[in-house]
Amino acid sequence: MSNTFFLDGAEIPFREGQTVLQAALAAGQYIPHLCWRPRLEPHSSCRLCTVIINGRPFSSCTQPAMKGQSVACDTPELQALRRAVLQMVFVEGNHYCPACEVSGNCRLQATAYHLGLHDNRFPQQFPVRERDSSHPDVNMDRDRCIRCETCVRASRDLDGKNVFGIHGRGIHSKLAVNSPSGLLKDTDVAAEDQAVAMCPTGCLTVKRVGFKVPIGERTYDMESVVSVALKEFREQEAAHG
Amino acid sequence: MSPVATLHLETASHPETLTRTVIEPLTRVEGHGKVTLLLDENNRVKQARLHIVEFRGFEKFIQGRPYWEAPVMVQRLCGICPVSHQLAAAKAVDLFVGARRLTPTAEKLRRLLHNGQMLQSHALHFYHLASPDLLFGFGADVATRNIIGVIQAHPALALQGVKLRKYGQEVIRVLSGKRVHGVFAIPGGVNKALGREDRAYLLEDIDQMVAWSKEAVDMVRRLCTDNWTKFERFGSFRSNFLSLTTPEGDFELYDGGLRARDDQGQDIFDHVDPAHYLRYLHEEVKSWSYMKFPFIVSRGNDEGWYRVGPLARINNARAMGTPLAEEARKDFMTLGKGEPVQATLAYHWARMIEMLYAAEAIRAQLEDPDILGTELINQGERATEGVGIVEAPRGTLIHHYKIDEQDAIVQANLIVATTHNNTAMNEAVRQVALAYLDGNKLTESLLNHIEVAIRAYDPCLSCATQALGRMPLQVELVDAGGQRVDRLVKGSDGAFVGEAG
Repeated sequence: MSNTFFLDGAEIPFREGQTVLQAALAAGQYIPHLCWRPRLEPHSSCRLCTVIINGRPFSSCTQPAMKGQSVACDTPELQALRRAVLQMVFVEGNHYCPACEVSGNCRLQATAYHLGLHDNRFPQQFPVRERDSSHPDVNMDRDRCIRCETCVRASRDLDGKNVFGIHGRGIHSKLAVNSPSGLLKDTDVAAEDQAVAMCPTGCLTVKRVGFKVPIGERTYDMESVVSVALKEFREQEAAHG
Repeated sequence: MSPVATLHLETASHPETLTRTVIEPLTRVEGHGKVTLLLDENNRVKQARLHIVEFRGFEKFIQGRPYWEAPVMVQRLCGICPVSHQLAAAKAVDLFVGARRLTPTAEKLRRLLHNGQMLQSHALHFYHLASPDLLFGFGADVATRNIIGVIQAHPALALQGVKLRKYGQEVIRVLSGKRVHGVFAIPGGVNKALGREDRAYLLEDIDQMVAWSKEAVDMVRRLCTDNWTKFERFGSFRSNFLSLTTPEGDFELYDGGLRARDDQGQDIFDHVDPAHYLRYLHEEVKSWSYMKFPFIVSRGNDEGWYRVGPLARINNARAMGTPLAEEARKDFMTLGKGEPVQATLAYHWARMIEMLYAAEAIRAQLEDPDILGTELINQGERATEGVGIVEAPRGTLIHHYKIDEQDAIVQANLIVATTHNNTAMNEAVRQVALAYLDGNKLTESLLNHIEVAIRAYDPCLSCATQALGRMPLQVELVDAGGQRVDRLVKGSDGAFVGEAG
């Protein structure tokens, strides 16, 4: 008998070493996630991919798939918790989609739409965060950072530069820049870096290209976040197995 | 031109002895405002003011943002004329990428977008907001004096209004992706070419839009001429006028130079480069309003106030660039007998002539082969300061930005149409208060006369209150008997002054 587990009742095959999330995506089943990306080590911080296994919550991006286990993902309770997590993400930052240049290309926004997020629910925190526009080609708007550390991992593991880190603790933590001045202009970050391209929000952007893609032709105008995530995973599997 | 005739009604000498009547909220205008009237024991008007009670502050919070965000963010000032804000900001930020001229296609597409907005905004104002007063009378029953009443009494006319507006919105949607708050103008040009299918779609109904716009001009002409004796005097006064014109002095909505004319039609200045607007226009701050009072520098703040918008544009134009609108303009200008038309209610007529112009211009632009071009972006040597001026539906709209070496906006100044008309609207309120309310028992119908005068200017009050930190404020502590106990005033320099009551 092959290795399989059950995701919301559907039988999902898996390879040894795969996580629940990887096996689900390989089988074409989407589990909501933000901080996990196919090419990066799992981070398990956003908690959107939380599933219930044998009555206990686990982040599916780090939980190894195990034969015969029963995984609950698409339940009203879990979807409500995911919405609450996202609502907290939104109020803890300053996310103004109407004037944001990544609106329509933003994974955070697309995931929120997918989960049916229609309001902020919690009081807006309006944190005061420093912007860094010092680099000639890359803009860093900490107002939009969700501290998923995608850029930290991508810069270190894919770009080989180690430009970013997280400074401080808890709600006061913020994205930091690894340079003597603490400014982007004194790093070797470049507009072509994966750290910039993979940012799931508008925190890291390439300068002077905002709004050049018209409404209707942006990433999530044309494809759902489910479709994009599944395609991204398939491409990674095809390239690296 | 002499100073405003009723300026003595701006501030009463002993307000504590007067009875206060408030019209709040003003209805059938965009944004939130109110009118306060102070009356003595014989119901004589001693003070009349138009107040803008909302506050926006875009000039402040655009600071620090990257310049390419400006057209998209600042258009959120308004839900009616966001296209004008997007285009004025885009014209300013064009200079930051060195695009002193756009490609022919990009400029024509922006003009097409702008005409779409002019059409929808003017249709919205006339049919939905103003027509109840004109069709039923200023003092008609409030239960029918509204858009529902128009739909019931004149269903075909109301439907035309809805469809005209919808068409303008469709032009905006096709180009910018959304009917309201789309994205199209970007630094140096536009982000999307017009496809053949979309052009064909817009051409399908344009002849009908031109025909309906012509009918609207004929109707408002009839309404005005039938009542001209009353309309000519209603809330009327002489003023200067400001607008853009083409280099030839013709009607212009998107580009061109600034022209100001006095009440007799003589040029005060002409062909002024938008970049130099601050040499010609200043703003006065008054302690009782969030909205500033602009004036022409050479005439001073007493005599330099002016009007903008449809009446100003048509008064200032040598000609209009489309045949039916030009014919209507010539007919309209006979009202002035060789001088600018001054009647406040003539704004409605002028507005419909502009709607006809917009419909005709859309048709001409859609038939222009350049409109299908694909060269959309221009750029050149970077500048760090930019001014963009367009004629928004309600009048001249000025956006002025400065950026730093990191592409962040460090300073913004917005002067919007409604602000230019501030003195004029207050004067209209005072004129009507004197003519219709003074000494009379106040009724809803009489108070509506005040709103009719304000509505003629189609004010957008949400657009008009942007500056943060420079606005004067006044806080009063009043005891249970209505007597002022204390008063704190913040001047335009930001300093607070206490004042015992």
